[in-house]
Amino acid sequence: MAMQFYASPEQIMRDRSEHARKGISRGRSAVVLTYEGGVLFVAENLTSLRKVSEIYDRIGFAAVGRYNEFENLRRAGVRMADLNGYSYDRRDVNGRAIANAYAHALGAIFTEQVKAYEVEICVAEVGTSPEADELYRITYDGSVQDEPGVMAMGGQAEAISGALKEAHRADLSLGEAVRLAVKALGSVGGEGGQPRTLGDEQLEVAVLDRRRTGRTFRRITGVALTSLLTEEPPAAPSPSAPAPSSSAPAGESGGSDDDLEILDDIDEAEGGTKE
Amino acid sequence: MPAGFDPSRRLPDFFANPGTSSFTQFLSLNAPELLPGRRPLPPGYSADMAPHATTVVSIVCAGGVVMAGDRRATAGNLIASRDIEKVHPADPYSLVGMAGTAGVGIELIKLFQVELEHYEKIEGAMLSLDGKANRLAALVRNNLGAAMQGLAVVPIFAGVDLAATDPAKVGRIFSFDVAGGLYEETGYDGIGSGSLFAKSALKKRYRPGLSVDEAVTLGVEALYDAADDDTATGGPDLTRKIYPVVMSATTEGTRRHTDEEVGAIAEAVVARRMENIGG
Repeated sequence: MAMQFYASPEQIMRDRSEHARKGISRGRSAVVLTYEGGVLFVAENLTSLRKVSEIYDRIGFAAVGRYNEFENLRRAGVRMADLNGYSYDRRDVNGRAIANAYAHALGAIFTEQVKAYEVEICVAEVGTSPEADELYRITYDGSVQDEPGVMAMGGQAEAISGALKEAHRADLSLGEAVRLAVKALGSVGGEGGQPRTLGDEQLEVAVLDRRRTGRTFRRITGVALTSLLTEEPPAAPSPSAPAPSSSAPAGESGGSDDDLEILDDIDEAEGGTKE
Repeated sequence: MPAGFDPSRRLPDFFANPGTSSFTQFLSLNAPELLPGRRPLPPGYSADMAPHATTVVSIVCAGGVVMAGDRRATAGNLIASRDIEKVHPADPYSLVGMAGTAGVGIELIKLFQVELEHYEKIEGAMLSLDGKANRLAALVRNNLGAAMQGLAVVPIFAGVDLAATDPAKVGRIFSFDVAGGLYEETGYDGIGSGSLFAKSALKKRYRPGLSVDEAVTLGVEALYDAADDDTATGGPDLTRKIYPVVMSATTEGTRRHTDEEVGAIAEAVVARRMENIGG
């Protein structure tokens, strides 16, 4: 007769947690943050397999970890959202319900199945103002956290999130938010702790655009992304700057107008080459 | 189970299986009661039971298509609605209109819209224009049983083919029969009880390469002609300011022409008919 070894529930859960954490921390990271015009997703991604995608009109999804596992969850989320929106009304689909469903599913997988999912998920819903945006982090064991304003997932998430939280403001323009996110993602993983520079081909960027009605999810790719990445930050009012400090706010608002134009350009470009 | 998630502790199947990209197929497996055409009907012919929606026309124009529908729904000899909307965007690059039993038609359009959006979200890519038309044909086919009992609905589908290389073939129109047959039309088409007259008007006036504005005017005129000879089609209602629903789809997306724009065109059409009844 085979010998039955006893393993305490604590030990089993600990092992599963460790397994999931290890898997997640090996992957590249993703960040989600609110800005003045909506919610921004930036993921470090060298492949064409998507980490960031649309769930519903005002709800987006970002994930890190094992692709096949979070892709399953993403599809289930889209199905749930579409089914609810079809049975009731489009306005009745909300991010919290989807976050709950993910938490439920991941919790059940974590406790009942031999192998926990090695994923970390963000469900974001864009509101009418940055304060009304909702970001939910759902981890491999099914716990949900409501993260105000900014969150990072994946390998070295804590370091990235520290860099993000320091500089994040709710009134960032799109360009500022993208550059902040990319800087934070590049702040870890370099040779000897040096920051890395991430190019547009290493990034997957998308927004939930607060000002749109209907489907607000837009990907930012190609020229639009390059110009957002390279745009010089508006000159800070300093004694050495030639511009008088009173012109700084005007410069900033000009910047955000440019961002909107860039977004419009993307829509037009998508018209021709919809992925 | 409206939430789409099993309330028990077990994982619902569709978490574990990749499933299809079709919302209709998903519904047929998980919530078949939500599909039109899946409901048992009492025996007999029930055509007079529910309001009927009538005439919709679609016209190919430079860089896209225009679709226009009148606003009347009838129940026997009565007007059931003066301001029903029969023309809707199917997705950012295509339009869909319906004629026949209004309730079934509206449900069909709603399902079709979700079907296209669902595919796009799941797959990360849009269906081709032909793929969209085929999906709509399948939805019509599923309704055949109800159609034979009088609850028939026939859609018209028009959109922009983003893969077209020939600029003259960017805008395309598809018509359907009640059994789900799919036919591509050249230049223009109409559906509904007034379509006979609307299509006669279009046959005389349509020419290839119309601008969007010209096609809109043509569509409003064709609906005027349909309303002239068909009691189930409503003409422009100048007193209540209820005008046809006119939408266009181009590579820039779909657009509903505002009531002010369509109203001005409708008033001009009526004014011309004051002088020349035949138009």
